[in-house]
Amino acid sequence: MRDLIKFVALFLSALAFASVAAVASAQASETLPGLTLLSEKSASKRAKGIEQLADSGHPSAATILNAMAEGDLYFRKRDNQLFIATGSGDAFVLTDPVSLDEVGTASGKELKKVRVNNKLRRLIRGFLGGLNLTHSDAKVRLEAASNLLKNPDPDQRTILMKALEKEGDDSVVRAMSLAIAAIDIRPEVPQEKRIAAVTTLGDSDASEVRALLTPLTGDAENDIEVRQAAIIALDAVEDRLVLYRAIGGVFQGISLGSVLLLAAIGLAITFGVMGVINMAHGEMVMIGAYVTFVIQEAFRSAAPEYFGLSLAVAVPAAFLASGMIGIGLERSVIRWLYGRPLETLLATWGVSLILQQAVRSIFGPTNREVGNPEWMSGAMELAGGVLLTYNRIWIIVFALAVLFGVWALIRFTSIGLEMRAVTQNRRMANAMGIRSARVDALTFGLGSGVAGMAGVALSQIDNVSPNLGQSYIIDSFMVVVFGGVGNLWGTLVGALSLGVVNKFLEPVSGAVLAKIIVLVAIILFIQRRPRGLFALKGRAVEN
Amino acid sequence: MLSLIDGKGRIFISAVLVVALGAVMLNAYTPTGSSFHVPDYMIGLIGKYLCYALLAISVDLVWGYAGILSLGHGAFFALGGYAMGMHLMREIGDRGVYGNPDLPDFMVFLNWQELPWYWNGFDSPLFAILMCMIVPGALAFGFGWFAFRSRVTGVYLSIITQAMTFALMLAFFRNDMGFGGNNGLTDFKDFLGFDLQAAGTRSALMLSSAAALIGGYLVCRWMTMSKYGRVLAAVRDQESRTRFLGYRPEGYKLVAFVVSAMIAGVAGALFVPQVGIINPGEFSPANSIEIIVWVALGGRGTLVGAALGAVAVNYLKTYLTGALPEIWLFALGGLFIAVTLFFPKGIVGEIGRFTNLIKRFLKPSLPSMEVRND
Repeated sequence: MRDLIKFVALFLSALAFASVAAVASAQASETLPGLTLLSEKSASKRAKGIEQLADSGHPSAATILNAMAEGDLYFRKRDNQLFIATGSGDAFVLTDPVSLDEVGTASGKELKKVRVNNKLRRLIRGFLGGLNLTHSDAKVRLEAASNLLKNPDPDQRTILMKALEKEGDDSVVRAMSLAIAAIDIRPEVPQEKRIAAVTTLGDSDASEVRALLTPLTGDAENDIEVRQAAIIALDAVEDRLVLYRAIGGVFQGISLGSVLLLAAIGLAITFGVMGVINMAHGEMVMIGAYVTFVIQEAFRSAAPEYFGLSLAVAVPAAFLASGMIGIGLERSVIRWLYGRPLETLLATWGVSLILQQAVRSIFGPTNREVGNPEWMSGAMELAGGVLLTYNRIWIIVFALAVLFGVWALIRFTSIGLEMRAVTQNRRMANAMGIRSARVDALTFGLGSGVAGMAGVALSQIDNVSPNLGQSYIIDSFMVVVFGGVGNLWGTLVGALSLGVVNKFLEPVSGAVLAKIIVLVAIILFIQRRPRGLFALKGRAVEN
Repeated sequence: MLSLIDGKGRIFISAVLVVALGAVMLNAYTPTGSSFHVPDYMIGLIGKYLCYALLAISVDLVWGYAGILSLGHGAFFALGGYAMGMHLMREIGDRGVYGNPDLPDFMVFLNWQELPWYWNGFDSPLFAILMCMIVPGALAFGFGWFAFRSRVTGVYLSIITQAMTFALMLAFFRNDMGFGGNNGLTDFKDFLGFDLQAAGTRSALMLSSAAALIGGYLVCRWMTMSKYGRVLAAVRDQESRTRFLGYRPEGYKLVAFVVSAMIAGVAGALFVPQVGIINPGEFSPANSIEIIVWVALGGRGTLVGAALGAVAVNYLKTYLTGALPEIWLFALGGLFIAVTLFFPKGIVGEIGRFTNLIKRFLKPSLPSMEVRND
């Protein structure tokens, strides 16, 4: 009672003082309940101040409490006016705690810090949680609820229940119910409520759920019914977790597969359709990546505001650059070597060395920085903590689009028809008036150009260095050989299955061993089916 | 019946002997300042070239005479090298950095308590020398057995041999394999009790390489000149037809492949003590492809040419990487292209064509084989 009187008196005097101060400096526009108590000497009064401040529900309350916990709350010695102040020495920037406007500066001597001890900090944290639960931003509310799920605090239950009643956002409602359930599973709570809480938790995919449920399934739990409910719930949670991991694994596998697919499509054309072992294929990919780098640099210096479009420009540019180099290569070297695949292998290996060294001489041996445009950064989170990054998703889409484009080109256009004709029977095609030399050059250019486009995509996830191509060449050959030469669908299936198998082996065996296992598996597979998964049948095979 | 050592062979063997013995003499009996003096490092360099020449001959045996373009021969070379390296590691004994008498330094570093089982026996030099042939031979046997029996040929075979050496490279990079991971095996002290840094040891190793090169050449020559070699050439040129004539091509190819791998292993084993290190980089597919260009440049299917090509390319490499490092890859790449486009028969092949022309010019009345083929 005495406290109350004292408090009221203080409050009144503070009010009076504040109004005087407001008149005097015209700085503090408004005051909040409990605010003046914060500058009191007695810790219990400050605690009361915190309580009143929190109960006021004022939008600035959270900021003030945060500042207090951080040690950024000060009062001015001459008038006990509270400020949030940052800085040091003579130059503190003062912020009005209510309006959150900057109101001037002060030297350190004029100010005194509002003291906090651990007890007050705990109090503040508790109230902050509650305040954040009613914050106007749904994201803040969600975070507050998730924090409570991580550290269930029985004292917060009433606040949570109140907040839950008012809550409109679905995901926040779910998070709050989980947080309440996490509080309700304590042994002190009646059995019915506990079982309900366990069931609520069991339906959730939050990563904390397992840690919360596991103790209830052991001998430490005396209530058999609760224990049984917990075991069932935990089983369900774990079953779903396995499923999510599998989904994540499949996604990563498909993502790796799409990278392999991109690298291999071009090869499927040059090797599969033309029978040319192009060891310089990896360098075509590398050139595509460097084209991306050059175009991004141009965008950065000329039109940084359109940087997001740089990849859209880089794709056709890389196609043209690699394609032209490919055509040049075909006209100057490869056309002399048709029908001698092993010689082409050696000559194109030489070309690859020259291209690598050329790029190294021009751009230097170190990695070049290629940026992700905004629409490719970030990630989508699925349930159970499975992350799908946007650049990976785009690469999958891009790989499939490229595959489809190449397929459509070969299937539906006249140049595609000519390509197929020359592949099937060169002399007959010649007799029908197809200029097979031109078709050869264009086909090789197409394969190289597709490799260049792959380079654009790979520049987004890999280091752009002169050695970029080298790291993909063996994998690409594996994909083409595994899938079956001369067959785009074989390439698709080959790439995706190699990617998925690799990613599923990785957690068990480690990344390097997984790769070794896959290589050995392919070597063995080739023994069983020397022509790959989807072998061409009939007479064409013998040539 | 063709003689084992023909004109080319005679020139080749004498050249190897003259260079090897000459270098050793000049190294030992001329004063250091003299312009005739061959410095110690040069002995090591010659030894290295001789090992590469032996490796090239082994590749020529399978590529030139059996038509198997192996892009994985670097693996056999490296395996031989590792077998020798393991023995050299054991010879270090307790003179390593950690002074552990039972374990090589890198195992102490990895906190291993005892020697893995596959290191047993490598204390004995004889065992190690056997292993540097048996291990590559066994791998080649297993690999070839499956591949040839399933009739994997041509490009497909090349690609899976490349995959094989790539897989081995990845494997040897792993620390858990017990072969020193990234760093490989190094810091060797001595071999058979002789200090590896001493001039005498280096000369002896170089002379052994020369002997191995001549030996390897004679083995390959004997194989290719025999009836077996005739069938092998038939398999190379027309595998199906040879099969229809009642031969089993896979057996013939397998023998050549295994012998070739063993020779490559010996080359690797001699290479390691002279270079002082063996690491997983030797397994890299690029290395194996480089061997092919040695053979192609010198002349495929001539044995002598392969050795010549190996020495020529590696001399160029030593020179260019020292003098103009930027140019080396351009030169090597250009060499690949030029050889396949303009000199498909290689140096020795071109010389042979040239001398044939002169012969025909001198004796125009002689009926020529080439004419009849047209």
